[in-house]
Amino acid sequence: MSLDTADHAPGNGFDSIAEVLAKANEEKTGDQLAGVAADSEAERVAAKRALAATRLETLRRNPVVPYDDDEVTRVIQDAVREPVYDRIRDWTVSDLREFLVDSATTDREIGAIRPGLTSEMIAAVTKLMTNMDLVLATSKMTVTARCNNTVGTDGSLSFRLQPNHPSDDVDRILDATREGLSYGVGDAVIGINPVEDGVGTVTDVLEATHEFIEEWSIPTQNCCLAHVTTQMEAIREGAPADLLFQSLAGTEAGNDEFGVDVDVLDEAHDLARRRSTASGPNVTYFETGQGSELSGDAHEGVDQLTLESRCYGLAKRYDPFLVNTVVGFIGPEYLYDGRQVIRAGLEDVFMGQLHGIPMGIDACYTNHIQADQNDIENLAVLLAAAGANFFITVPMGDDVMLNYQSNSYHDAAALWEVFDLGPAPEFRDWLADVGIWEDGRLTDRAGDPTRFVR
Amino acid sequence: MPLNDDTSTARSPSDEPARGTRPDVGVDDPTDPNLLDRIVSRSPSRLGVGRAGPRPTTETLLRFREDHGIARDAVTSRVDEAVLASLDLLTIATLVESHEQFLARPDLGREISAETADYLREHCRMEPQVQVLVSDGLSSTAVEANLPDLLPALLDGLAARDLDVGTPVFVEHGRVDVMDAIGEELDADCCVILIGERPGLRTAESLSAYLVYGPERGTPTARKSVISNIHDGGLPASEAGAAIADLIAEMCEREASGLDLREGDRDFQK
Repeated sequence: MSLDTADHAPGNGFDSIAEVLAKANEEKTGDQLAGVAADSEAERVAAKRALAATRLETLRRNPVVPYDDDEVTRVIQDAVREPVYDRIRDWTVSDLREFLVDSATTDREIGAIRPGLTSEMIAAVTKLMTNMDLVLATSKMTVTARCNNTVGTDGSLSFRLQPNHPSDDVDRILDATREGLSYGVGDAVIGINPVEDGVGTVTDVLEATHEFIEEWSIPTQNCCLAHVTTQMEAIREGAPADLLFQSLAGTEAGNDEFGVDVDVLDEAHDLARRRSTASGPNVTYFETGQGSELSGDAHEGVDQLTLESRCYGLAKRYDPFLVNTVVGFIGPEYLYDGRQVIRAGLEDVFMGQLHGIPMGIDACYTNHIQADQNDIENLAVLLAAAGANFFITVPMGDDVMLNYQSNSYHDAAALWEVFDLGPAPEFRDWLADVGIWEDGRLTDRAGDPTRFVR
Repeated sequence: MPLNDDTSTARSPSDEPARGTRPDVGVDDPTDPNLLDRIVSRSPSRLGVGRAGPRPTTETLLRFREDHGIARDAVTSRVDEAVLASLDLLTIATLVESHEQFLARPDLGREISAETADYLREHCRMEPQVQVLVSDGLSSTAVEANLPDLLPALLDGLAARDLDVGTPVFVEHGRVDVMDAIGEELDADCCVILIGERPGLRTAESLSAYLVYGPERGTPTARKSVISNIHDGGLPASEAGAAIADLIAEMCEREASGLDLREGDRDFQK
């Protein structure tokens, strides 16, 4: 597609749509490191004003990476439902923001325009929205998905149980699984990041978790978050996987850094649909995070929020069960402190849900970022209010393999109590059966990992 | 959690052992108390901690904050001047001007100014076989904990292998790849940087040695070797010195590092 004609040019001294998009962002160290950020608050606001007046058609016609150069762009553009797009192409980005926050706009109205949106349009409107706007608009959207249970239903808040171990010791992984289940955590997935990316390790982890899930008749799903090709090889050799996982980037070059492309992902999706041990139909899981393209020198001069949005456009192709941003993991050169992490977390979950994918978050931080547990507890409260589908949880927030901190099993219990929520319906029933859930909250028996030993 | 009911899991502050020696078992009336103790003691994860309603107990919370506090202090504090003085290191800085900038701009931590390059050429021996660098990186604690044993062991090991060693340099606010710039300026055959790693909650004392043969700016990561996890609970500093010296001797002999070395990276894990 060619660059847009003069009547659609951004104006106000900006040279391109990509420049307006980048400079309209809230402050992020990653955009500064990439050299695409606004130089001053005045310039940031000028970019927001230019973006507000930009028509959605202009964003459609000017993808941040050219159609012919990038397969992620092609996936996003080719998925647009043209008659829906034709109804909204004359809206400005400001119009889209005011539509989303309008009290008359519900999940139904948002669903009606969703097939006409591109990832660039969704990124653009995000840049005009305040944190409260993001919470409000996200809270309107219900995106459910089904594997062995259902995530995203009204009244539910799900959690991934992440029982990682520094040497992939399967027995210790099961101990941490028992601990999480005893807190009612694990309905989104029991998902392990292995240290060693090998078929043997992946098979061991999948078999152990699968057997445990069968033994206790747990309505959930397992996943081993190795490289997708390693999982595929394990599955072809008979390993029992409910969900197939991969990290995604928002450019073709970024995915190349991750060792995947659309062909490989298509093949993985096809394999998962045929060979997943789950009932489905949603059998894929993706993780993303602002800044990953820049860290692989694959950002193509584009800001990190817009690239993150494009990840969701790509993820949507695979009807995922779970997608989450890993928001504070990448380091202070991309998201400097708690303020930037919280902002990015709200942006990412909103953008994912507006794409129509079942969105969750790993609200986390490393020890060299200017953030602590209070910051991610704040973010968890905001996103529980916004209606995120799920969070990542690790024992006492301390992941001893990845060496970072995330939400804790205790945070799950507190969020359910504060917001009068509970786990996915099928999982909630199971927790009641094993005596851990009663009258809308955990019982006295919760918190005892030896409950799950025969 | 019910108020203290004199069960076996109730704790009193008076019999509290020092940090790290007693597992934090906080589950009231577990199904299998013996198994719970085993689960807690055999895992590095914080398991079996129990709860106060939906929240952690105060003891569990304080232990977490204690460990995080140690990690944060390692990142934000500077290496003790007395430690640097005792090691007799020439001290320089990268282009980084503040701790905040160090965290936000890794590119500046990989480069030195023209003035610093002149200063190095003036005060260091040029064209050494081995240029040794030390840097705080993401943990000053790791430098303080390991260097007093590691540096003498390394220098002795290099001398015992008849390698010609240049003037050891401490680089404040350094990233790994600053060894490319300094090695290039001093025209060293090979360069090693002993640098503090990003602290975890288990230890803030982990240090790594990154090595490159034929250092020049822009050398890809694949051409670098690493010996990591140097701390008391991993590869002890006293043993690490000989291991690094061995690797350097091999690099000098084969005139290669990283993937170009037959054995590839040597990554010592506990």
